[in-house]
Amino acid sequence: MNSHILSLLVFIPILGALVTLAYQQFKPKSVNGNNDNGNAHKWIAAVTTGLQLLLAAWLYIQYIPTAGIQFVEQASWIPQFNIEYYLGVDGLSLPMVLLTALLSFIGVVSSWNIKKSTLGYFTMLLLLDTGMMGVFVSLDFFLFYIFWEVMLLPMYFLIGIWGGPQRQYAAIKFFLYTLFGSVFMLLAMLGLYFYSDPHTFNLITLIQTASSINATIWGMDVRILIWVALFIGFAIKVPIVPLHTWLPLAHVEAPTAVSVILAGVLLKMGTYGLLRINYPILPDLVHWFAWFLALLGVINIIWGALNAIAQIDLKKMVAYSSVSHMGYVLLGMAAVISENPAGAQAGLNGALMQMFNHGTITAMLFLLVGVVYERAHHRYIFYPDDYKDKKLAGTRAFGGLGAKVPIYSAFVALAFFAGLGLPALSGFISEVMCFIGGFSVFRTLTIIGTLGILLNAIYFLRAYNHVFMGPLNSAYDDLTDMTKREIFILVPLAILVILFGVYPAPLLDMIAPTMGHLIDIIQNAGAYVGMM
Amino acid sequence: MTNLSSLSFYLPELFLIGIILLSIIIELIPGCRKYNYFVVLAGLISVAIMLSWSSTESVSIFMGMSVSDPFAIFFKWIFVIATFYIVLISRADNSLDKRLSGEFNILLLIVMFGLFLMVTANNLIMVYLSIEMVSIASYILAGMLKNDLKSNEASLKYVIFGAFASGLMLYGFSWLYGLSGSTDLHEISAALSGHMDQPFVIYMAILLVLVGIGYKISMVPFHYWTPDVYEGAPTPVTAYLSVAPKAAGIALLIRFFSSTFTTDISTTVSNIDWTTLVAVLSAITMTVGNLLALQQTNIKRLLAFSSIAHAGYMLMVIPVISVDARAAVMIYAVPYLFMNLGLFFMAIAIHNQTSSFEISKWKGLGSRAPLMAGIMVVLLLSLTGLPPTGGFIGKVYLFSVLIKFQQFFWLAVIGVINSVISLFYYFRIVKTMYFSSADDETVFKIHPLLYWSIISCVVPVLLLGIYWSPLINFVQHSISMF
Repeated sequence: MNSHILSLLVFIPILGALVTLAYQQFKPKSVNGNNDNGNAHKWIAAVTTGLQLLLAAWLYIQYIPTAGIQFVEQASWIPQFNIEYYLGVDGLSLPMVLLTALLSFIGVVSSWNIKKSTLGYFTMLLLLDTGMMGVFVSLDFFLFYIFWEVMLLPMYFLIGIWGGPQRQYAAIKFFLYTLFGSVFMLLAMLGLYFYSDPHTFNLITLIQTASSINATIWGMDVRILIWVALFIGFAIKVPIVPLHTWLPLAHVEAPTAVSVILAGVLLKMGTYGLLRINYPILPDLVHWFAWFLALLGVINIIWGALNAIAQIDLKKMVAYSSVSHMGYVLLGMAAVISENPAGAQAGLNGALMQMFNHGTITAMLFLLVGVVYERAHHRYIFYPDDYKDKKLAGTRAFGGLGAKVPIYSAFVALAFFAGLGLPALSGFISEVMCFIGGFSVFRTLTIIGTLGILLNAIYFLRAYNHVFMGPLNSAYDDLTDMTKREIFILVPLAILVILFGVYPAPLLDMIAPTMGHLIDIIQNAGAYVGMM
Repeated sequence: MTNLSSLSFYLPELFLIGIILLSIIIELIPGCRKYNYFVVLAGLISVAIMLSWSSTESVSIFMGMSVSDPFAIFFKWIFVIATFYIVLISRADNSLDKRLSGEFNILLLIVMFGLFLMVTANNLIMVYLSIEMVSIASYILAGMLKNDLKSNEASLKYVIFGAFASGLMLYGFSWLYGLSGSTDLHEISAALSGHMDQPFVIYMAILLVLVGIGYKISMVPFHYWTPDVYEGAPTPVTAYLSVAPKAAGIALLIRFFSSTFTTDISTTVSNIDWTTLVAVLSAITMTVGNLLALQQTNIKRLLAFSSIAHAGYMLMVIPVISVDARAAVMIYAVPYLFMNLGLFFMAIAIHNQTSSFEISKWKGLGSRAPLMAGIMVVLLLSLTGLPPTGGFIGKVYLFSVLIKFQQFFWLAVIGVINSVISLFYYFRIVKTMYFSSADDETVFKIHPLLYWSIISCVVPVLLLGIYWSPLINFVQHSISMF
């Protein structure tokens, strides 16, 4: 099969960006001198990402779950360095591709009210889209790395120009943290290339060849060093506590659409990278590191949730809830070494489903926080103690919105309940699967981890209580409910959240064969026996 | 090869000498002075044509004083391109005295001739003469702004440091001559192999040679002149110093150390561990350069420290004695040439308008000059070493040498951490351009020469980031007969 659909999927946003730039250059001069071309920029971006979403949907329809890697495009790029232009999707990348396409489109539509230099904003958003899509469909490590790095610059600008008050600091912190991780990934990549025989960046070939690497650096097995270097790169992206400090800042300062993409897609790249590279290429080491992953996962769950409880800013609370939720993914991933096949399957499938479901849920949460922020110009649950208006300091900021904006509060209720893992919503299914997997291997850790569900409930319910219940705060008498555009972008997410809560089979069918294959690779590799 | 038959391998140099003489004569005829600029540019193009016709075989010429090989020709290309750019844009720099433009061009050509000799030198005498030729002309160039105190200071500092460093190097040469009785690099190598019992003497000689070359490429701890000279010298000269003599210094280092202090392809002479020494110096150079760059507010000083850091990156692979290491340095030098020149050109454009090199003058460029600011972002990305730019490819090759030959892994780790540090100060410029609004909303004006030069600098940087096979082929070809 040799279609170019994946190339199209990756590069269509770049085309859109070029069209936007060309339009800007050659647009007819407006008669009255009004600068109204912002409309054109967002329409071009919306059409581009809309087309990309349609392509992704077509991809989903054509995809055959049991057929392994599909829609492959393979061509030699730099023959002297054996770098290939190698794209393809399997059950691991397809959900991420769908999520990226969906959230990019939603991100563009949710940015409809951006006023500040729309040209730059939408161009950067489209460039970011290309980078994300490229990461998920690349099967050549070098290509993967280039896309991985290409994302950083647009993200830096999106946070730094269109973000909140601390945007400059947040932007450079994000950039420095991520780059710090990825330079180690670069070394690991070169290590894999030069130590494997034949030298290759091909991620599929490396599955066979990397196991024969037999060398030491500083008295340590090269494969362990590569594993750790890759892990640092991916862990910062996830982010794994204690490498998570860039996240709350970046998420809070970023504009709504960018927070959606950050939390919805970028965080998944960390776990995706582990599953795509660390897991199949160095499988025996997974046995070795699984315990460590599970421990970090549980720390993430608890630490993220405890931090979220302490927040009085809704967006910060949601940001920390992401840290907590990504912990479930790690716990599920660690369960792959379970001797009980059902446990391993539940764990790994649950982890990937949690990646997808968290993408949709957290997107809803950030969008909904954005909705209230756009109207009230703040997003406090309680005003902070050092609030500029001394009379309000420490008091409840909202209250009673439930009756005032019913549609909004219904959506928030859905998103919050999905976030705290209420049965019949998608978050529940994947969290439970992660716990089932985890329980089959790491009994104590998983029991501690389940505390997270309780903690999650505390902050979500408390926030809901303080914002929507009780008497209406008179300051918000003229608060308006959600517009049609806002409902339009939330409905598809809500449908997905409910659908995969009651009937997760479409998602599970898509990923299960690939995950089964991955489990086989890891189980067959056996535990790591080597020098240390 | 005899002197007369060597001349056929010397056509670019002969042309260059011709241009220098012609330019001096033109300068003396009152009515013709205004054509000098075009004569020099045309002359450089003719040198480039001669270069493309040059024989690619590897021969020893002028009775072993020099060599002509593809390795030297590769670096000569870099010098021709850099000199062409600098002569071209020297017109667009308002701070240069227009009456002295003839002298400026002639001196620049003399430096270029010195650089040509430097990369072909195969004998201690030639090495010393070529370095002095480059240095003395550079001292004058650094002081071209006669009424500017900083320029005077730059020139004087450059002279003092330069004289000191070349004195030490000459002392080192005398040790080498004393040990071997020859000034030919290969003969010295052969003689040194017989001195296994005197490692200290050889080590001393190596150290002293390293001082001389290290000063030229501003290797720490011989870098003290760099920020002051870079700041004080006219900006076109600074741009030139940061690219051409540095590349020549690296080329000389490679040739000197691989012909003299290396016995065969992979071992050092008399088992003297100069590789670790260079590795440590490389780590110190890049770290010091990057850390000091963090606090600079003047763009020329910032780029001075950045160029120190880049010297450190290039030194990183010198300890790995192999063809691949040389190839990696050459691959790195090409994008480095363009990205550095591009940034200096922008600094000139901004200085023309604001008479200041403070980075704060770059404020608001993102909206005042979107295309130029965008190009600067690409160049800064490339300097940091992020894809999809040539700078990234260059760094990948440098790191891959260390990993391929399984040596100096710690250096690779220090190298990547340094890349992260450098992001902070390079992106402070981006931050200034995009995140702060301009103090004055005056329209950003740029001389068309600078405008097109900057655009022509970014094109290769981006192209090399996306498809660099042709460069690899060219480098492989240039290295194959080393």
